[in-house]
Amino acid sequence: MYPAKFDYYRAASVQEAIQLLQDHEDAKLLAGGHSLIPAMKLRLAQPPAIIDIGRIAELKGVSHDNGSIKIGALTVHADVAASNVLKSNCPLLAEAASNVGDRQVRHKGTIGGNIAHADPASDMPAAILALGGTIHLIGPSGSRQVAAADFFIDLLATDLHEDELLTAIEVPAQSGKTGSCYLKFEHPASGYAVCGAAAVVTLNDDGACAGASLCFNGVTATPHNASAVTDALVGQALDDAAIDKAVDANLSISDPMGDMHASGPYRIELAKTFAKRALKLARDRA
Amino acid sequence: MGKAIGQAIKRKEDPRLITGQAKYLDDIQLPGMVHAAVLRSPYAHAKINSIDTSEAESLPGVVGVFTGKDFADLNPLPCAWQAGGVNNNANTPRTLEIDKVTFTGAGVAVVVAESRYIAEDALALIHVDYEVLPVVVDAKKATEPGAPQLHENAPNNICMEWSCGDEAATDQALADADVVIKQSLRNQRLIPTPMEPRGAIGVFSPVAEDYTVYMTSQAPHVMRLLMTAFVFGIPENKLRCISPQVGGGFGAKIFLYPEYCMVAAVSKKLGGLPVKWMETRRENYIATTHGRDHVTEFEVAAKNDGTITGLKVETYANLGGTLSTIAGGIPTTLYGRLLSGVYKFPNIYCKVYGTYTNTGMVDAYRGAGRPEASYLVERAIDLVAQKLNMDPAEVRRVNYIPPEAFPYAPASNILNGLKYDSGEYEGALNKALELVDYKNLRQEQAAAREAGRLMGIGFSSYVEICGVAPSAWIGLNGEGWGAGLWESANVRVHLTGQVVVTTGSQSHGQGHETTMAQIAADLLGMDVADVRVEHSDTLGTPFGYGTYGSRSAAVGGVAIHNSVQKIIEKAKKIGAHMLEAAPEDVTFEDGKVFVKGSPDKAKTIQEVALAAAVAYDLPEGTEPFLDDTTYYDPPNCTYPFGTHVCIVEVDKDTGHVAIKRYLAVDDVGKKINPLIVDGQIHGGVVQGLAQGLWEGAVYDDNGQLVSGSLMDYALPKAHFLPMIETDSTETPSPVNPLGIKGAGEAGTIASAQAVVNAVVDALAPYGITHLDMPLTSQKVWEAIHSSGNGRE
Ligand SMILES: Cc1cc2nc3c(=O)[nH]c(=O)nc-3n(C[C@H](O)[C@H](O)[C@H](O)COP(=O)(O)OP(=O)(O)OC[C@H]3O[C@@H](n4cnc5c(N)ncnc54)[C@H](O)[C@@H]3O)c2cc1C
Repeated sequence: MYPAKFDYYRAASVQEAIQLLQDHEDAKLLAGGHSLIPAMKLRLAQPPAIIDIGRIAELKGVSHDNGSIKIGALTVHADVAASNVLKSNCPLLAEAASNVGDRQVRHKGTIGGNIAHADPASDMPAAILALGGTIHLIGPSGSRQVAAADFFIDLLATDLHEDELLTAIEVPAQSGKTGSCYLKFEHPASGYAVCGAAAVVTLNDDGACAGASLCFNGVTATPHNASAVTDALVGQALDDAAIDKAVDANLSISDPMGDMHASGPYRIELAKTFAKRALKLARDRA
Repeated sequence: MGKAIGQAIKRKEDPRLITGQAKYLDDIQLPGMVHAAVLRSPYAHAKINSIDTSEAESLPGVVGVFTGKDFADLNPLPCAWQAGGVNNNANTPRTLEIDKVTFTGAGVAVVVAESRYIAEDALALIHVDYEVLPVVVDAKKATEPGAPQLHENAPNNICMEWSCGDEAATDQALADADVVIKQSLRNQRLIPTPMEPRGAIGVFSPVAEDYTVYMTSQAPHVMRLLMTAFVFGIPENKLRCISPQVGGGFGAKIFLYPEYCMVAAVSKKLGGLPVKWMETRRENYIATTHGRDHVTEFEVAAKNDGTITGLKVETYANLGGTLSTIAGGIPTTLYGRLLSGVYKFPNIYCKVYGTYTNTGMVDAYRGAGRPEASYLVERAIDLVAQKLNMDPAEVRRVNYIPPEAFPYAPASNILNGLKYDSGEYEGALNKALELVDYKNLRQEQAAAREAGRLMGIGFSSYVEICGVAPSAWIGLNGEGWGAGLWESANVRVHLTGQVVVTTGSQSHGQGHETTMAQIAADLLGMDVADVRVEHSDTLGTPFGYGTYGSRSAAVGGVAIHNSVQKIIEKAKKIGAHMLEAAPEDVTFEDGKVFVKGSPDKAKTIQEVALAAAVAYDLPEGTEPFLDDTTYYDPPNCTYPFGTHVCIVEVDKDTGHVAIKRYLAVDDVGKKINPLIVDGQIHGGVVQGLAQGLWEGAVYDDNGQLVSGSLMDYALPKAHFLPMIETDSTETPSPVNPLGIKGAGEAGTIASAQAVVNAVVDALAPYGITHLDMPLTSQKVWEAIHSSGNGRE
């Protein structure tokens, strides 16, 4: 509750933030502070300096361009959830963001911070992975883009380098007969996901499955892509029985996480149930 | 009665609470104040070989570093309520531990610095040489051969063995019964979690050589008594205790804690600098008391018609690593003596082992013993119903103590001489059944089952011992409480007609400033706004035992009543003099003194108060002023009761329990303020439901608290719950003139078993008869899927 001593800098621009990161070894970026500050108060994190990027306007907001949607890293969850652009073109992300924490958390926590922090129980990573999103990064040697599938490396570990800033998340706008769904089984204490399931289903004109994706948070150290399940669905008529069968036969998760409220094996059972429910709802919404 | 009692008025204290104007402990800033941080043992069981504080002392900004040796002259804290009538192998905490620790979180050193931040930095610079010892955390395992031994004076870690009831008769009942059901259960450990953690500020005056300690306490007078007479060995008048606005307690703030002594002792060492210590949530979880934690086995005997003929209970009650202030009385007097519930069980026996383990101290937590008893009894009733294939409401009905049996002494003298005051138990059940439309509900349940859904209906009929008192009963010769348990009130009607009530009890959320004003205003025929209630400071209030055990209204409220009655008698005398009438000819009604039959020529209480205060013309031999102090020791406790009904639906695929409906029908006797009663019931119900479904403190085998933060300890949130429905019956208590029974703990005492019974009812198709709390989704899911017919 009483953080160790640290220096505080505020960056007015992305360039200044990158410079400050170079000038101060082991400094941490501060966005919404809703993951970093609790860790500092418990002294689990003791950065010698923090660089506040919270007021860099260019990193805020949602834009839609040519079938692609870009969400600035500093966009808070509440704005992601309320974005009309997202609600019409990528409702999965808005739905996932509306599931984050409580009202206060959603008005302070940012999508970039959520992804950069990579808490396995966070709501946003699975949705971004299910959408085939791309993470935009910038550092002293310029900017680069990483596919969400390559970004999450381990528990609280990502491909983000110490001298880099996450600037945006890019996801494709939804097209065709597509439906999506994010469902969350809430941890009774933390409110984070014990199991979160993000599903996207696209149907052919004849109602058969043209494509699907299904990813989980909360179950494994990094978001889990259940591609074997969705591969089995492509080309199928998506009745309930087909979905149940595809999940039962193909969902295989190893190394689940567990705690006193939900063991690893139980989380896998939850994943099965939520896979079926999320895929069916996504289908119904397509 | 007048017009104020029974009014659902809004609380007088709320405007300052909801606008942030109330001053809590951490809001208090004193000139020159320094800040303390406590170094706590990371080990659950260890010898302290040595402590090196030199590095911490040299950190700039550090004012002082102290260890247990610096306070070796202070006595260990007292355990003021030990189990009655038996030997207690007591071991209590010290201000700071000196040579060993028996739980993670025990304080071993303190840093005082210019800021709390510096103090926290310095903690990391203290080096303690611990010799780590083996650990035991389970109340029963602690008594088994080979278990690590915590205290020399407590072989097999047994602090005390206590029993009540009639073992031989109960054994006979078990032998003679048509059916006997044996069940083991756990009443899991809970963490009270008041919104405001604990804190204290100690100020020593080198001139007066006395102390002032601000503390987050439910019982400031008792704290003064215990600190001066037992720990410091100084005259009582050398300490003033102030409990400012206190943000919730739930029992955990009744007790004397090491830190309260520490801030005072450190202030003295620092020549009188005010020393503040404010608990962090992490400390609150590891170093403040917990509640419950019973390992129990019981047998219940019944006839084929559902009549219960005997109940035999054996409980291992976890007391933690050392004894907290009233730890001994909770699993004995307040548990065993309640095991008759609302039923005329003819034979009862209960044996309790209070044991030491390497866990945090366990003491009273809202309900304190009574929820544990009520949970057991209500589970027993449902087990009998399930076994005999009877409706659980009917099994309750056939076993209720009938209204004509009051005052009722539970069998086997388990209440040790006291009798339940009054009750209409079937009335509360009938009302509840009607309100939920029980017949229809069972049909709905059958239809849901047909459709593959798991709906469950759970009941809980309860009685609680409230208004915990009679000093002669609970005191040292009886139940072992180391003092009296009356309550005090002073009532003054000032010259301006304004009333000040001072009470020895203490409000930390209950609304004393409103309800106590209502009592005085009602009897005096005045506006509630004209009565001010003062409390929580040993300066200026009469000694009182504090607020817990749902006793502030039923004991403290009656003290106010009695003082007002004496004031009215005096007012009549002065009023008669003013009216030039004989005292025996006047009456006092509606705030006025008048000659019987002539109400239009009256003197108001305000006019009488003025006359009494200026004292120009008083009847011969009458002292000035309207002022009276009462010390009220009731003849009995009070016994609120009721029936709660909980309706749940269990998600087969996830094990998640959704509470669909919750109805509480409570009988708290006469209600002073129905709005406040409702609030108390709501909060209490939620705490009980939380025990049923979510909360549970978990220690691992090394004695580390796994549920050590709000990220792990599942405190309920509003969206977990349906709108709670409340209704009531009203059976006045004959114990006191106001007919009050008390309402502070009823909700908690009733609700855990209501939801557990509902879930077990939902799972009955799987042959499930019992699950231990908390009924987490995983536990329920596993029960369904290991029942052999979970997977269709
Ligand atoms: C009570 C509570 C409940 C919560 N519940 C949920 C929940 O249910 N679901 C959920 O998903 N989350 C939940 N959260 C977390 C919340 O979503 C956080 O806000 C989020 O995870 C982190 O975002 P932030 O902006 O607060 O990041 P910060 O705390 O500021 O930063 C987190 C980390 O990311 C780094 N970082 C931040 N922004 C950038 C950037 N642009 N580039 C590079 N690095 C960056 C920081 O250096 C830091 O290491 C909860 C938080 C709280 C306090």
